[in-house]
Amino acid sequence: MYAYDELDRTIINERVSEFRDQVKRRLSGELTEDEFKMLRLQNGVYLQLHAYMFRVAIPYGTLSSKQLRALAHVARRYDRGYGHFTTRQNIQFNWIKLAELPDALADLAEVGIHAMQTSGNNTRNVTSDQWAGVAPGEVEDPRIWSELLRQYTTLHPEFSFLPRKFKFAITASDHDRAAIKVHDIGLRLYKNEAGETGFEVLVGGGLGRTPFIGKTIKPFVHGHDLLSYVEAILRVYNQYGRRDNIYKARIKILVHELGIEKFAKEVEEEWLQMRDSALAIDDSVIEDIRSRFSYPAYEKLPHMPEELKKAAHDPHFEAWRKNSVAPHKVTGYSIVTLSLKPVGGPPGDATADQMDAIADLADKYSFGEIRVGHEQNLALPHVARRDLPVLWKALDRIGVATPNVNLVSDIIACPGLDYCSLANARSIPIAQELTRRFANHETANMIGRLHVNISGCINACGHHHVGHIGILGVEKNGEEFYQITIGGRADEKAEVGTLIGPAVPYGEVADVVEDIVEAYLALRARPDELFIDTVKRLGVEPFKERVYATR
Amino acid sequence: MPLVKGGKITADPLILVADEADIPGEGAILISAARFLGDAEALSLRAGRTAVIWPNNRDVDDLVPYLGRLAAVALVFPTFRDGRAYSQARLLRERHGFKGELRATGQVLRDQFVFMLRAGFDAFEVKKQSDAEAFAATVKRYSVFYQPTGDGRITALHRRMQLRHSESAGQ
Amino acid sequence: MTSPLEQKKIRITGPSMVTANRTWDGVVIYRTASQSWSADLSDAAIVRTSDEARALLTESIADDIGAIGAYIAPVEIKDSGKIKPGNLREHIRSEGVTIDLPVPA
Repeated sequence: MYAYDELDRTIINERVSEFRDQVKRRLSGELTEDEFKMLRLQNGVYLQLHAYMFRVAIPYGTLSSKQLRALAHVARRYDRGYGHFTTRQNIQFNWIKLAELPDALADLAEVGIHAMQTSGNNTRNVTSDQWAGVAPGEVEDPRIWSELLRQYTTLHPEFSFLPRKFKFAITASDHDRAAIKVHDIGLRLYKNEAGETGFEVLVGGGLGRTPFIGKTIKPFVHGHDLLSYVEAILRVYNQYGRRDNIYKARIKILVHELGIEKFAKEVEEEWLQMRDSALAIDDSVIEDIRSRFSYPAYEKLPHMPEELKKAAHDPHFEAWRKNSVAPHKVTGYSIVTLSLKPVGGPPGDATADQMDAIADLADKYSFGEIRVGHEQNLALPHVARRDLPVLWKALDRIGVATPNVNLVSDIIACPGLDYCSLANARSIPIAQELTRRFANHETANMIGRLHVNISGCINACGHHHVGHIGILGVEKNGEEFYQITIGGRADEKAEVGTLIGPAVPYGEVADVVEDIVEAYLALRARPDELFIDTVKRLGVEPFKERVYATR
Repeated sequence: MPLVKGGKITADPLILVADEADIPGEGAILISAARFLGDAEALSLRAGRTAVIWPNNRDVDDLVPYLGRLAAVALVFPTFRDGRAYSQARLLRERHGFKGELRATGQVLRDQFVFMLRAGFDAFEVKKQSDAEAFAATVKRYSVFYQPTGDGRITALHRRMQLRHSESAGQ
Repeated sequence: MTSPLEQKKIRITGPSMVTANRTWDGVVIYRTASQSWSADLSDAAIVRTSDEARALLTESIADDIGAIGAYIAPVEIKDSGKIKPGNLREHIRSEGVTIDLPVPA
């Protein structure tokens, strides 16, 4: 947990005052909507179908229990009692009133939470691995660098009016849980042969209308040079990114149009002129940030405590433990994922009551810390294995212990047409129906790891391009139709999925997914060949045949 | 359109001269980049002071040789959302050491004053009278800054480390 | 349900109305025949030609303080004269989300 100090809190408070003034001037008419829109976006305030939507930042997906309770308070006091966790580790509230936003922000500021730059053409939340700091085999905690980047990018005077939004992600593990390859800048932290900490820097990844997998612009940037190198990239983008067409304004288009070699050269030229500037990071700076991250005082605990041995007799507990509990780098501890994908429920939502209950459980069993993952689930990162049985009972009571993590019913979905003014079709009811079709735990387990991603429009907030099964809502003659892709993935082997055929109507989507799953079960080489590997081995043809045989 | 300089509304010392109009023999003038580059040597050495409006979609490199002789450089925000001039400003100030007046023109609104100051602007052709009047109060909105620019303000990170050293030094 | 935010040319194919969101709280509102806004669809002014639609939209957009994001949307007029939303998007804006909220609203 990073501890904000007086200086960090001052920036947040000054931002709240500024926004309060801007809202006042908007409501009085002194600011037109055209002048106000970009300002409110820079504070995470969108206009949706029925109301404003308020997107609050959860920097690199880490929350304290106090902060989670503050989010619950906002949900209760200013909204309709629930919030939605997003694919960028943020939280969204869907019914907030503009006139009350400054107060909501002030309440959040008291616990160091803000909504700066969660929207608009600026640098957004720096996301990371939700298991950062506790995953076995991690090089070092990527959140330290995420925090460094967060500070560097917050209210940056040169880069607050970029051609378009700009997203960073950082990973420090071999298995990339942060999807760095589909970000504008993706950073893979590692140590070179000399043992120096640095980053492979990728640029130009992104989803949306024109998905691209990021390309390596520099294989190793020393940690000391991270900020100056990022500044060089941002400066080239700010000056040369397209501003004539919003669909061609992301950095991925600039990289594509110039080619990665030419783009890298432009950045290198710029960088060489400023690498030894005030942005050079020395070790004392890293140490200062590292020192403000507090880590738990772990006890020396056994890997197989009595409590766990006893609980192994309970098949429901075991089913959950095998699904939702992951190894921790410290013996005797574990990382627990809380599924926000209950059968029949909207994916990624949590009620204020659930948030409060989870905060209490975090205090009792996770040193007061919670994580938010881009798959729209939460995690408790420091749970002693002896506490797993009692924790499970509590999680089950509040409805966040569905043992479906990473399975077919662990669906990632955008809010879709039920909420979003950009959408062409609904996504939540599709997700709900799928969770009902695959509610049987044994079946889901038998199918194995299978990521289904649903987006209600081409903006791809559900990350459908990189879903093992991707579902994209489109509109045909006023009706909701859905294009289905398979074979996408978001990890270190990132790939964009392939369309299997013509779009299918709303009522048939769940049937199509069942057909795809049945095809996989019939075609897989072994029970443990994952869906994604079967698709890789066989291509889309056999799936296409199965789905469209009778359509 | 009021000009704000030195934190308050002032009379504009520069006269804008249209491309078709004659250049006066003396007095401070503001002319387009195209016109200036058409006769840069002479214009940068004329008796009166010369200032240039530089478009936001052109590298400042072509202007760099004349910077030492210019009264001011005016950069452009065609809409407030087009942030290219922020990069141009920082390059002029920090890379090329430009010491003259750096003026923000175009759609210059209150809520960008702090960013503009930090990027190196010190004169502002402000679109709205009320915004110009609010300049002094607006620039006090923020007292802590995370990242270094050429404005010389200490970053939060370094302030923090200074505090730490002085704490431990005091022990 | 192609997002009306992408509307460029104004061309209507049936009875239509202008809708927006209220500035201070984001609530869905409809332009009335008396130059004001109402949260009730039955108060919406109905236009039947592209020219009428353009005119209504222009005067709606000028009312910038009270409403934002005004655009033209289709309606369905029942035999009884009752105005109903003309597509799924407007149905959702008028009736609410098609799913149950996690807590009673």
